[in-house]
Amino acid sequence: MSKAKLDTSYRLGQQGDDVYAALIEAHSGLSDEASARLNARLVLLLANQIGDGGIIIEAILRARGQLAG
Amino acid sequence: MTRYQHKRFAFRRPREIDGDSGRVPVLIVGAGPVGLALAIDLAMKGVKCVLVDENDVVSVGSRAICWSKRTLEIFDRLGVADRMIAKGVTWQVGRLFHRDREVYSFDLLPEAGHKHPAFVNLQQYYVEEYLIDRAREFPDLIDLCFKNRVVGIEQTGDGVAAEIETPDGRYRLEADYLVACDGVRSTVRRLLGLDFVGQGFEERFLIADVEMKAEFPPERWFWFEPPFHNGQSALLHKQPDDIWRIDLQLGPDADPEFEMRLENVAPRIKAVVGDRPFEIDWVSVYTFQCRRLERFVHDRVIFAGDSAHIVSPFGARGGNGGIQDVDNLAWKMAAVINREAPVRLLATYDEERIRGADENILNSARATSFMTPKSQIERIFRDEILALAGSEPFARRMVNSGRLSQPCALGDLSLQTEDDSGFSGGLPPGSPCADAPVRDADGKSGWLLSNLGQGFKVLSFGAPQNVPDGVGQVIVLGVEEKARFGGHVQLVDAEGLAARRYGARAGCAYLIRPDDHVAARFVQPTRQKIEIALQIALAGRLI
Repeated sequence: MSKAKLDTSYRLGQQGDDVYAALIEAHSGLSDEASARLNARLVLLLANQIGDGGIIIEAILRARGQLAG
Repeated sequence: MTRYQHKRFAFRRPREIDGDSGRVPVLIVGAGPVGLALAIDLAMKGVKCVLVDENDVVSVGSRAICWSKRTLEIFDRLGVADRMIAKGVTWQVGRLFHRDREVYSFDLLPEAGHKHPAFVNLQQYYVEEYLIDRAREFPDLIDLCFKNRVVGIEQTGDGVAAEIETPDGRYRLEADYLVACDGVRSTVRRLLGLDFVGQGFEERFLIADVEMKAEFPPERWFWFEPPFHNGQSALLHKQPDDIWRIDLQLGPDADPEFEMRLENVAPRIKAVVGDRPFEIDWVSVYTFQCRRLERFVHDRVIFAGDSAHIVSPFGARGGNGGIQDVDNLAWKMAAVINREAPVRLLATYDEERIRGADENILNSARATSFMTPKSQIERIFRDEILALAGSEPFARRMVNSGRLSQPCALGDLSLQTEDDSGFSGGLPPGSPCADAPVRDADGKSGWLLSNLGQGFKVLSFGAPQNVPDGVGQVIVLGVEEKARFGGHVQLVDAEGLAARRYGARAGCAYLIRPDDHVAARFVQPTRQKIEIALQIALAGRLI
């Protein structure tokens, strides 16, 4: 397997809290199912923005907990 | 009312029943498109075969209808493509609809300069009819035996013996090789006790041939959640003779016997086509599988087509996959039988076509999954892609109603020579050859692929090369090149597309396999380099 490309160092500059607040706000008032739909859309939009299948799949595996470390 | 009139083929009492025992090089079981194509390809290489089929008619029902460009190129090499294109419906555009609006369209051949179109739709019964006519042009090499049913198989160490049942009794036929082309319910596979491995889907689909006058264009139309079919997928294809193929997703709980009754099919079709009059020509209910044998070569018994691997139809990889099996297998069998290559060449049919089958299985399974999400979260992701496709360009391409059949790349496999690093782009080893418009020595317009000839050949750009005995040569010259080389096949690259598509530079050469795949390419060819590449391509040939 090619070497890890996913960067999990902090990359959000001064906007980390803004990003977090926007995420939570986006879900406000939504049912659980609507929230699941919103999350799916967001995953798809962000995956396309990243554009690198290797990094995206590495992130998926890491989120799932299959990668070491 | 069936439009197509199925002719019955005569049964001929086999000589073997009356004690005449012979041995044939190849016994082919199953006279569908794959078995027939194999018989023809072997005959063109001088190999005799007996082709048995338990039936005496061509395919009932249209079944395999979408024949891909690569398949048409193979059929052209076999001599039947012109008839198929004349009768068939040519198409290249697909449209995807979600509910009541179009979300995406794609063009499968967005460039000119190819002899063959992206796809031709033609019912399997026509394809078989044309193949049988072509097979009959080899009366000394192809023995077509209808109503001959294989009931027993024995591997004898240096061949295969088959027990064959006919209306006049039983006989035994010995062959050097037996090729099973007898479809998804293969008798040969059952007799050998082999089973498929892989994934089945529980979803059921109704498939119908509907005769009606309609003005829909020759395009593949696919719907997710159409208003006219209860929120489940639908697919529409145009065929010759005013026959339309309609596929309707029925759900996992559908009862096939109930669904196949004409009185239940008719209202479903009416919902799709509206008030126009129609007649139902053929109906079938399928569950789909994406599975294969672990390997296709079992000593002297070899599997090709649906007997070896089975896919769901989304992406047209079933019939096309089988014809590509033939393309890969026939020259290898002929080389082994004619003692031009060692037996281990046949193992590369496993190597190369298992890759092809796995690619087809992967793509068909993914498309089927997209249509039939299994869990709530899968359904959420699938539905959100469809929803986003309305407004976001990236989501449109993620909608998967079938990724249409493409030939697979063989570059890293054992018959190919490592690429020459002096090339940049073009066609590396393992690629199927590209077509291009050319002119021959008399100035007549034609096509590169049609002029490659049979067997191994060297495609030389700009000047002839020193090629090994028995290897053909085709020289491609640029339009501005004035030199001519007597005694060689020469083609002028009429629009420069050959050089561009191959990534060719002046003086380079490509070694091409009998199945028109690139085995090797050299910026600075020498006879020795070509000879070594040829030996590799024949798995180390016999001298």
